[in-house]
Amino acid sequence: MRRPVIEFRDFSFRYKAQSEPTLHHITFSVYEGEKVLIVGPSGSGKSTLAHCINGLIPFFHEGEMTGSVMVGGRELLDLSMAELSDLVGTVLQDPDGQFVGLTVGEDIAFKLENDMVPRAEMVSRVEIAAAATGISELLEASPHELSGGQKQKTTLAGVLVGDAGILLFDEPLANLDPESGRTTVELIDRIHRETAKTVIIIEHRLEEMLHRDVDRILVVRDGRIAADLPAPELLCSGLLAETGLREPLYLTALKYAGCEIAPDMNPQQIGQLRLDACAEKLAAWYRANPAPSESGLAPPLLELRDVSFSYVTDRPALSGISLIIGQGEMVCIAGRNGAGKSTVSKLICGFYRPSAGTLLMNGRDIRADTIKERAQRIGYVMQNPNHMISKALLYDEVALGLRARGLPEAEIRERVHEALKVCGLYSFRSWPISALSYGQKKRVTIASILVLRPELMILDEPTAGQDFRHYNEMMEFLNELNRQGMTIVIITHDMYLMMEYAQRTIVFADGLKISDDTPSRVLSNLDLLKAANLKKTSLHELADKAGFQEPDEFISRFIAYDRRVRNR
Amino acid sequence: MSTKMLTYTNLDSPIHRLNGVTKLIFFVVWSVTAMITYDTRCLLGMLILGLLALKISRVAFRQYAFVLGFIAVFFLLNEIAVFLFSPMQGTELYGTRHDLVHLAGRYTLTWEQLFYQFNIALKYAVVIPMALLFLLTTDPSEFAASLNRVGASYKLAYSVSIALRYLPDIQQDYHNISFSAQARGIDMSRKEKLSRRLKNAVSILIPLILTSVDRIDRISAAMELRGFGRKGKRTWYKTRPFTGMDYTALAILSAIVVASFSLTFSDGSRFYNIFQ
Amino acid sequence: MAKSKGLSVKTIVAIGIGSALFAILGRFGSIPSGIPNTNIETTYALLALFALLYGPYAGLLIGLIGHTLKDAIFYGQPWFSWVIASGIVGLVLGIIAGKIRIHDGEFGSRGIIRFNVAQVVANALAWFVVAPVLDILIYAEPANKVFTQGLVAGIANIVTVAVIGTLLAAAYSKTRTKQGSLTREA
Repeated sequence: MRRPVIEFRDFSFRYKAQSEPTLHHITFSVYEGEKVLIVGPSGSGKSTLAHCINGLIPFFHEGEMTGSVMVGGRELLDLSMAELSDLVGTVLQDPDGQFVGLTVGEDIAFKLENDMVPRAEMVSRVEIAAAATGISELLEASPHELSGGQKQKTTLAGVLVGDAGILLFDEPLANLDPESGRTTVELIDRIHRETAKTVIIIEHRLEEMLHRDVDRILVVRDGRIAADLPAPELLCSGLLAETGLREPLYLTALKYAGCEIAPDMNPQQIGQLRLDACAEKLAAWYRANPAPSESGLAPPLLELRDVSFSYVTDRPALSGISLIIGQGEMVCIAGRNGAGKSTVSKLICGFYRPSAGTLLMNGRDIRADTIKERAQRIGYVMQNPNHMISKALLYDEVALGLRARGLPEAEIRERVHEALKVCGLYSFRSWPISALSYGQKKRVTIASILVLRPELMILDEPTAGQDFRHYNEMMEFLNELNRQGMTIVIITHDMYLMMEYAQRTIVFADGLKISDDTPSRVLSNLDLLKAANLKKTSLHELADKAGFQEPDEFISRFIAYDRRVRNR
Repeated sequence: MSTKMLTYTNLDSPIHRLNGVTKLIFFVVWSVTAMITYDTRCLLGMLILGLLALKISRVAFRQYAFVLGFIAVFFLLNEIAVFLFSPMQGTELYGTRHDLVHLAGRYTLTWEQLFYQFNIALKYAVVIPMALLFLLTTDPSEFAASLNRVGASYKLAYSVSIALRYLPDIQQDYHNISFSAQARGIDMSRKEKLSRRLKNAVSILIPLILTSVDRIDRISAAMELRGFGRKGKRTWYKTRPFTGMDYTALAILSAIVVASFSLTFSDGSRFYNIFQ
Repeated sequence: MAKSKGLSVKTIVAIGIGSALFAILGRFGSIPSGIPNTNIETTYALLALFALLYGPYAGLLIGLIGHTLKDAIFYGQPWFSWVIASGIVGLVLGIIAGKIRIHDGEFGSRGIIRFNVAQVVANALAWFVVAPVLDILIYAEPANKVFTQGLVAGIANIVTVAVIGTLLAAAYSKTRTKQGSLTREA
């Protein structure tokens, strides 16, 4: 007998500060022990939906609601946030916000402490929960010693320890590198099977999530449930493209080869995919689409020779790094947390000084240049746009750097308008920044650097936390800048981004440069993937499945074809 | 970041093994006692005891060496300021005048002034070993639980815990924000005019504060989702039971306090007078 | 929000984060003023803003905890008379300015005046009276010395909060204003 643990009935919700409702007439149920994935683009209302399950709505975010939500058989409004915390355990998107303890052990114990569980019982329950997520050795570690994946395991253990019957994950993959993402998906799946808890996952990264089976997928679009289907049916429906979600890349490849995707092919997972008749079509497509030859080396713009650096003595953060960024290139830098990616960009910008080695810009040694002098040529865009924005109005924000340089207002105006046009923000020029979306704010920060007319731009994770549509817009925009001659360096672990846009990928591990090659070759070298916490792409697996000898060649042919299709 | 700060390291010494509550009480009571007394004998005795405790703790000198520089500069400036403003304070306090050397104008160095300023220095110095010990040997995790145990509300105790938890994060945010601002030519160092410095400070503070307000919302939502504040109290994962060592330490503390106060006020004055 | 008695969870977190901010800005956010031994302590602008945003109790505790934390971890020794003075600044400012509805984006000229009256009263009380008196009581320092120090520090802090604090509060209130109908321009 299936018992519903969550029931939405004709439910609508409007935030207090907004004029339009975010959710319209939502009706669906989740049954005990089910594993349900909720997908949708940014702004579709999927996070709002999650907040109605764990009580952040209406207890933390106020608003107006109609219809009903039942959690664990009781009306949402009759429960308190504390009672809900016994029914629903939430793993939030931002691990640093949820990780309030000074050590892993304390953080796992947080819920128990609040429930007045005696210490002796607490210790054993914490041990059990830590073992379940594989962090038993880390109980004494502080959050600053942990990677994103380990922090997430801690927050998950902190939810498991409370024994709530429903586990709710809000974009669990958003802050993780591909390998940690894969481990998370497997961990969620294992816990679901072992504990028989109800699992609800909010996420827009479909391909990664489908690495393990889910019972159903709900598609949220414009505050409404657009579909409620098992994965195979959804993937064959064409709904993903309509909603602005990215379909798994191996399916795109199969479609390029002219294959029809059907539910009985098991399209939801590359591992279970049945190629059958498609194998021949794919092979034919592979033969017919040779990749273009690689372009020659561009003249060097920035060069690092044997650069070393350490924050603390006797623990080098970077050792003996040599690399060249060519004029007009778009290069990606990848690597695990703490591998040295951010440190290298901070050395280039002059925030820190190297302990050994040389930095050359256009052949000139820039080691003695100050941050300000280097900023004339090198622009740095931080990952979090809120760390850069300090003005209320868009125009003032972009003008800030020029005003600091003391330029005449007329010239400032001209350059700001030009930068705003390039960034597609011109029509918003008199808007307050607080009215812009996250992706637009990100563009504002790029415009505020662009206006300084650097020759080289370094961007830290420009697409992190953005859905497919925003990812696409951002990358097409950067691509266009690159085409106009801007040299661009992107720090990222987004493998699609590397494949689709970069000419080269430089990989760091433990302060060393371990690779510098085309993305397709980097992404098909299993040792490199392991060292950089990346994973085998589904295209690689598809190539293996189809029996192609050179997966990197298949990947580059796919990328070349894909670029042609998209540029049409 | 490489900014030096005093941080806890996990060593195994009798001081480290003491309960956080004991160390907190010890530090507070010790400081208050040192504030009240001006008796040179008490202060000297306490200083020796403090240094002894520092030695027992086996905390490495290099862990706190950097603060000694700050403290020395502060000491010196303060001593000079006291003399410049009030060269006769000692004479007033002790009621006698023994000139040592005439410097210039109204500035004459007296034995009384020297002794008075020696006592000021001693008063500051007495607190330093205990402050260092408290900071270097108390596990921050245990600290919140200790505060709660000595009577602070658990909510207040948790505020302190949150401050310690997010201090490194905020420090990193601050450095990142100020780096990226500098790269756009926004600087608050001496290189700029004062009016510009103030304006630029605002440009750096705004992103820091707005992201912090945001962070407060996210953390409080996360805490409510895990049932914080549902009961009037809470238990603590990181508490340790009181041992005989703790009772011994607190007994020693009581003895010091009693001895110090009886010595200080035996003659009816806070000040120990060697001149009469 | 939190229905439990006493402090809301948000205030508790604000005290924690505010204290950490106070310590960091106290250590790194000093601007040389050009007058020897007198710095513009931007951290008091932060304290003023947080007292305004989260109330007198938060102001008091951020002053006390933040200042203790800053003195302790960076300089090895809390200077209690000034720690208490910082707490007084937060408390008094929060009491007087707490009624400004800055969360709804209200920080017009009346708000600015009220905020600045509050901060002048708070800083004057803390630095012209509380800090020097405590210095005399605790450390038996010469009166003219501690009152001069208090006067200089108090004036520097009043100026800091008047300029930076007001600008910060205005910037915060702007992010809270509801956006009317914005239209794109060609």
